[in-house]
Amino acid sequence: MAKMSTYVSTTNACKLCKPLGASIAFKGIEGCVPFLHGSQGCATYMRRYIISHYNEPIDIASSSLGEKHAVYGGGPNLKLGLTNVTAKYCPRLVGLATTCLTETIGDDVKMLLNEYQKELGEEDSPRVVSVSTPSYSGTHMEGFHAAVQAVVEQLTEAVEPNETINLLSGFISTADIRYLKGVCNDFQLSPTILPDYSETLDGPALNDYPLIPEGGTPIESIVKMGGAQATIEFGSTLGEKSAGTFLEKTYSVPLHRCSLPIGISATDQLMDLLQSLNGKAIPEEYRSARGRLIDALVDGHKYVFGKRAVVFGEEDLVVGLAAFLTEIGIKPVLCASGGKSTRFKRAIENALEGSGFELPEVREDVDFYDIEDLAEDLEVDLLIGHSKAYTFSRRKGIPLIRVGFPIHDRVGGQRILHLGYHGAQMMFDTITNTIIERKQNLSEVGYSYM
Amino acid sequence: MNTAIPLEERMGQIHRKGSNPIDLDCNKDSMAGAVSQRACVFCGSRVVLYPIADALHLVHGPIGCAVYTWDIRGALSSGPELHRLSFSTDLQEMDVIFGGEKKLEKALLELIERYQPKAAFVYSTCIVGIIGDDIEGVCAKVAKQTNIPVLPVQSEGFKGNKRAGYEAACKAMGRLLGTGDTTGISNYSINILGDFNLAGEIWLIREYFQRIGIEVVANITGDGRVADIQRAHGAALNVVQCSGATMDLATMMNERYGTPVIRVSYFGIEDMAEALYSVARHFGDPQLMTRAQELVRQELEGLLPKLSEYRKVLNGKKAAIYVGGAFKAFSLVKAFRLIGMEVVMVGSQTGTREDYEELEAITDDGTIIVDDSNPLELSSFIKEKEVDLFVGGVKERPIAYKLGVAFCDHNHERQQMLAGFQGMLNFAEEVYSSVMSPVWKFVPRREKGDSHG
Repeated sequence: MAKMSTYVSTTNACKLCKPLGASIAFKGIEGCVPFLHGSQGCATYMRRYIISHYNEPIDIASSSLGEKHAVYGGGPNLKLGLTNVTAKYCPRLVGLATTCLTETIGDDVKMLLNEYQKELGEEDSPRVVSVSTPSYSGTHMEGFHAAVQAVVEQLTEAVEPNETINLLSGFISTADIRYLKGVCNDFQLSPTILPDYSETLDGPALNDYPLIPEGGTPIESIVKMGGAQATIEFGSTLGEKSAGTFLEKTYSVPLHRCSLPIGISATDQLMDLLQSLNGKAIPEEYRSARGRLIDALVDGHKYVFGKRAVVFGEEDLVVGLAAFLTEIGIKPVLCASGGKSTRFKRAIENALEGSGFELPEVREDVDFYDIEDLAEDLEVDLLIGHSKAYTFSRRKGIPLIRVGFPIHDRVGGQRILHLGYHGAQMMFDTITNTIIERKQNLSEVGYSYM
Repeated sequence: MNTAIPLEERMGQIHRKGSNPIDLDCNKDSMAGAVSQRACVFCGSRVVLYPIADALHLVHGPIGCAVYTWDIRGALSSGPELHRLSFSTDLQEMDVIFGGEKKLEKALLELIERYQPKAAFVYSTCIVGIIGDDIEGVCAKVAKQTNIPVLPVQSEGFKGNKRAGYEAACKAMGRLLGTGDTTGISNYSINILGDFNLAGEIWLIREYFQRIGIEVVANITGDGRVADIQRAHGAALNVVQCSGATMDLATMMNERYGTPVIRVSYFGIEDMAEALYSVARHFGDPQLMTRAQELVRQELEGLLPKLSEYRKVLNGKKAAIYVGGAFKAFSLVKAFRLIGMEVVMVGSQTGTREDYEELEAITDDGTIIVDDSNPLELSSFIKEKEVDLFVGGVKERPIAYKLGVAFCDHNHERQQMLAGFQGMLNFAEEVYSSVMSPVWKFVPRREKGDSHG
């Protein structure tokens, strides 16, 4: 454990950089092209990384700064890039995120955008939301939330109250977003889900390459978020400043923060909240899904009881998964994240309160070297998180349950459902069957019944 | 939904063979806002040096650059696998303000102690170029302390394109040259430059050379070792593939040690055979040539009947090629011809004028030749030419798939050996398995008048 206190280098990081999170969030807005102000490599590397998870075209523009721009400022290339993107993609919005290069050379993006608008005239210049995302401060999750916050801050207007609710759902899978849409629909609520990349990052086969894929949160809906009945914001490690708190402070939209609805109790809380918002009973479908889930947990409980899991990845996801694991009898022995919100440990404590399980080792700001090191003496049965733990899993012979982002070594990573009773059902089946299969493989007898 | 038309400013980098003499405006910076498929200087350096398996590769910068290049290539090693780990100084805000030199030094010392590498490469990223860390100084200090070569790679992302990164990588390797013992190296000896041992290709190529009686001194860089590069100057000939990436090193060795250079490609049976013949010709020993001819004959004996089976089925299908370096495009044009397919579009990220002229010479009339393209252009070419199969890398794959076009991965992520004689067969097999899949009949462009979609 010597490394933890003294080492300064990062080996096999368990986090990504800030502009990547911002780019994914921008992909969830209708007609939006993400644009990175920096050198060409940032956009290309992130495109490649994101493509390998979603298997979808990911167009991210870049201001492609060269050496002279780094010296004299990136303004001219930023403006040229905006003009070219507008000409080619006809975007309804450009989601502009900075990079470490442009933050460090000190480009004043707000001022440059103002200049650009003056030069072009309001009518001809594209609508731009800009966010500061230097990758030397924070991870892709900070970038994701910062972009969502920037969108809300820069696009919402004071409007008459309306019947919608805002759902700031965080970084979840495309299947999760589609699920939430169904839930809101069944509760007869009209949600503005932000961001909504359920179609843009998981779309159908097409006859023509889309300039910008269809789908995404409509800008008209974002503009009116200040008039919503309420905001639901997922995340147990969010900071004080967020899109949700902005809407609350600026437009007095009541804010309900809750953890990601992973597992029974977190989903129950969401159901109660939705019920309180629409004043009607929980739809029958969810009652029966919950009933089926509990029935399934009973059927499979013996196979998973007492197993020990390492859960890693984004802080909010880990908190949700840890709570779910304790509901089914699996002991999270290590909860780890490359993020460092400073709220991780407290969130895990809250999520596990009353579960009867002792608290796991909780580590923020760690890499896979640390995670493997910490797991060494923990007698781990399962790894739960994204696919970057594959090498760890292979080396130690510990099964990896793939959830979250990225999943680079399987098809369908983007379609994994984590949320709600249905997501819990699918994850329970996957986890249980993984354990059964392992037992089968290691067995000399090879029982053909469970 | 409207299909894209290339921007006016991009027209100089697109040519249609037969329209007028080729005059492609290449090797220039990517246009802002054009969504280039290129990466950056750092990317160029990283891909070239990546396969050196017993070296530590430390990325000095914020986390992104290191994490997006973690285990990114299918470059295999027969021994150590240090190259498959991702190391970063993970610079934070305070480091950016106060400088990252101390952190770099500490990171190097601890990683060298932990992994005992034979050398360390330190990659400079955008931000390091701006805050002005003295990487050279830190590397010298650590080298002295640890007694291994610690080599700075001047790969700040914004200082040019991928080609500049190749050059920076070659410069870094250049410092290793001439420091090893060259006794016992045969007169018939070569270095293999520009093969990265994807899916084990360099093992196959080495075996071919060994079979005809030629010693391979250093693999640069597939399955590469620091000690081999240190004695590479003892080889009698540099055999360079993927000239963009490693030609600078060959030129450097030619200037310093007078090592002659030949350019080859191991893709497709014509180019593979010619590679062996040209090396044999260089040494002028008739025995080498006889053995090379015998090897080619043996290899082709089993191969040609199988290829002709594929040719029957694939005949007349249309292919589009978009790759990083142009050398691969030359071989692919020939390889497609061998299996009866027609190349209707060919392009690269970093080709030179000469490269494009050569491509023009070997392609048919009407073929689109393009430099530094982007998704909208590529998709419009696919539509225009009614392409059946696209060859490219991960970033091109979803473009092809979205439009319902078969795809073959010929980039550094692939897990299929495509070089050598066996590689040609694998290539044909992979093309076949994608083109002939029944799934295409369901995609919108093939689904005429079906109302389910």
